[in-house]
Amino acid sequence: MSVTDTPPPPTAYVNARLIDPASGLDASGALLAEGETIVDFGPGLFAAGVPDGMRSVDCGGHVLCPGLVDMRVQVREPGEEHKGTLASAGQAAAAGGVTTMVCLPNTVPVIDDISVVEFVARRARLLGLAKVYPYGAVTKGLEGSELAEMGLLAQFGAVAFTDGVKSIADSATMRRALQYAATFDLLIVQHPEDPGLAGEGVVNASPMATRLGLVGIPPQAEVIFVERDIRLLELTGGRLHIAHVTTADAIDAIRAAKARGLRVTCDTAPFYFALNELAVGDYRTFAKLSPPLRGESDRQAVIAGLADGTIDVIASDHAPEDEESKRLPFGQAAFGGVGLETLLPISLELERNGQLSMIDLLRKLTSAPADLLGLPAGRLERGGPADLLLFDPERPWRIDREDLLSKSKNTPFDSYLTQGRALRTVIDGRTVFQR
Amino acid sequence: MHDRCRARTVAVCSPAMNESDATRVFTHRHLLGIEGLTPPEISLILDRSEVYVAQNRQANKKRQLLGGRTIINLFFEESTRTRTSFDAAAQRLGADVITMNVATSSVKKGETLIDTAMTLNAMHPDVLVVRHNQSGAVKLLSEKVHSAVINAGDGAHEHPTQALLDALTIRRRKGHLDNLIVAICGDITHSRVARSNIHLLNTMGARVRLIAPRTLIPRGAEMLGAEIHHDMRRGLRDCDIVMMLRLQKERMQANYFPSIREYFHFFGLDYEKLSAAKPDALIMHPGPMNRGVEIDAEVADDIGRSVIREQVEMGVAVRMAVLEILSANLPPIREGRA
Repeated sequence: MSVTDTPPPPTAYVNARLIDPASGLDASGALLAEGETIVDFGPGLFAAGVPDGMRSVDCGGHVLCPGLVDMRVQVREPGEEHKGTLASAGQAAAAGGVTTMVCLPNTVPVIDDISVVEFVARRARLLGLAKVYPYGAVTKGLEGSELAEMGLLAQFGAVAFTDGVKSIADSATMRRALQYAATFDLLIVQHPEDPGLAGEGVVNASPMATRLGLVGIPPQAEVIFVERDIRLLELTGGRLHIAHVTTADAIDAIRAAKARGLRVTCDTAPFYFALNELAVGDYRTFAKLSPPLRGESDRQAVIAGLADGTIDVIASDHAPEDEESKRLPFGQAAFGGVGLETLLPISLELERNGQLSMIDLLRKLTSAPADLLGLPAGRLERGGPADLLLFDPERPWRIDREDLLSKSKNTPFDSYLTQGRALRTVIDGRTVFQR
Repeated sequence: MHDRCRARTVAVCSPAMNESDATRVFTHRHLLGIEGLTPPEISLILDRSEVYVAQNRQANKKRQLLGGRTIINLFFEESTRTRTSFDAAAQRLGADVITMNVATSSVKKGETLIDTAMTLNAMHPDVLVVRHNQSGAVKLLSEKVHSAVINAGDGAHEHPTQALLDALTIRRRKGHLDNLIVAICGDITHSRVARSNIHLLNTMGARVRLIAPRTLIPRGAEMLGAEIHHDMRRGLRDCDIVMMLRLQKERMQANYFPSIREYFHFFGLDYEKLSAAKPDALIMHPGPMNRGVEIDAEVADDIGRSVIREQVEMGVAVRMAVLEILSANLPPIREGRA
């Protein structure tokens, strides 16, 4: 499918449970899309039936909501296409109900130059799958020393700035980055880990790490940087987003900073509220993640942070790694897990367990990330893009890594029993996935 | 000796002045900064400068007002235009001028600032013109010598004669200073020119805007009485005066901005951005300019709007006026100096 297709005909989505977190709508109803945009939606629409000849989709009473917005995806294109491509990530996203993804700049070459920003945007547009927005690098080459051209990168389409899976370690550089970005009201996204303290660590520092004989990363490595960056934010003004928080202390620090009125936000990934360090089990390298899976009390704190709103966004933290990078002794294996296709069902556990309402949960997957990054996505809006997700929150499935559409299949959720699946994913009025 | 170090109130009443000047007073022994000067004091310097603008345009530029006085230009930091300007000013008033580039002499031999000051003081100069790369160094030196001291730039603190020559340039072109909107654009953080100008323009009733990336605006700059902007078009809207500052390329290494290309794109003055200002807005720059960094060459050379070379001319006149006014507070020359 490509942008040269003829516009999709008017399509009625009827018999749906419409949920739009941005407006607080949760009601039975219908939605009409025409061409690439939403024309109308609501409980009363098509009360007298769909006009003759109009294409219609029976939603079977399932949830019809804005397509998911995933603000933390590693695509691997350009540079590491053997691990993942814009096409394979786009297909995985469609299967997972994700219609917009924001990709990290740790490609080869790094997204620290306007030509790479343009390349990624153009390639993704031609594929016609999930919409792709790139992050720009904060520092040239992600080396943590010289600022990248954030102003120009933003003008050419970078939606926010991060050094990806590396933290901006030097305090003076972080200060200037926050300050310079604030000039243009740009968001800085930080990977919260003190690299010196994390050292050669590969798992959470705990009795389990000791038993396995693996080098641990203390949870303090996270809170130290979160606290530091909050102090820097106080100094500089500006906006800071802390990526994938995993520890109780870091979440407490962010909660307190928000209470003081600082413009700080954060996200976490399903790994960190569904799993704890025990998933590493017998040296399972698919459970080797960065930051590492933590202890049970930290996992509970992540859930509490999601429930009370301290954690604003859930992102997949999709990190494809090929077999060569994962089939290694634990200490040598790559960090990261794929997540685009498991983002929805694992997140729905929070609703099933009574920890978040459906609308609050979906907000963290749609309008919250879209608003944070200023994206035209994540909401049902007349005249807005028809990016839609139809899903059955109850449908049970056993996650099988071989069934994943992602090119790399390194999920820590292999064989995991869960519920909830995308039935149909619509991007700009076109169905790009159907189950 | 300390009696003479204290500031006194002396009526400025030399033969070179007309009657209305004679009724005014300038109460300071030194000119260390603009901060603390009153509107009449600033106006006095500007009024006197006008006399010297006219004199400097004559074939015979020389007067003997400061005959017998010794002026030492003491530059601890490299300078060409400011040093030359002070040099010309002193010579045209008939003083004996000695210029010391201390950056290349005794400091290298380990002499401290105060030792250097005491050494020079023993030579009985009347006026010391001092530039130093440390903020506050000129004031420290002024406390140790008997002569009048003029700050020719101390660190990122003040450069009072630059602000005065800027004010003279503006006043001659616009007729007044009050109610003008003046945008100062560029590296405010490291600029003594910006600080002196903010003080002067505020004192004289102009409205000051600072335009720069946040990295180049020092904390609390709004407390100095300036409106802060980070967008050139917004900041330049309806401005009467656009003052560009020199951007040192070394600031890039310290992450104040990512590249020259990006800096020029967002903060370099070109016609497109300038179009937000008033059609008759003047363009100023203290020099030396980096064409293509903070200012487009076309704009810098626009003879209709750029007054950059006029600023240099006003510099000599302003420095003559300052030398004249401070010398009037020195003990009269015929008392003898033992």
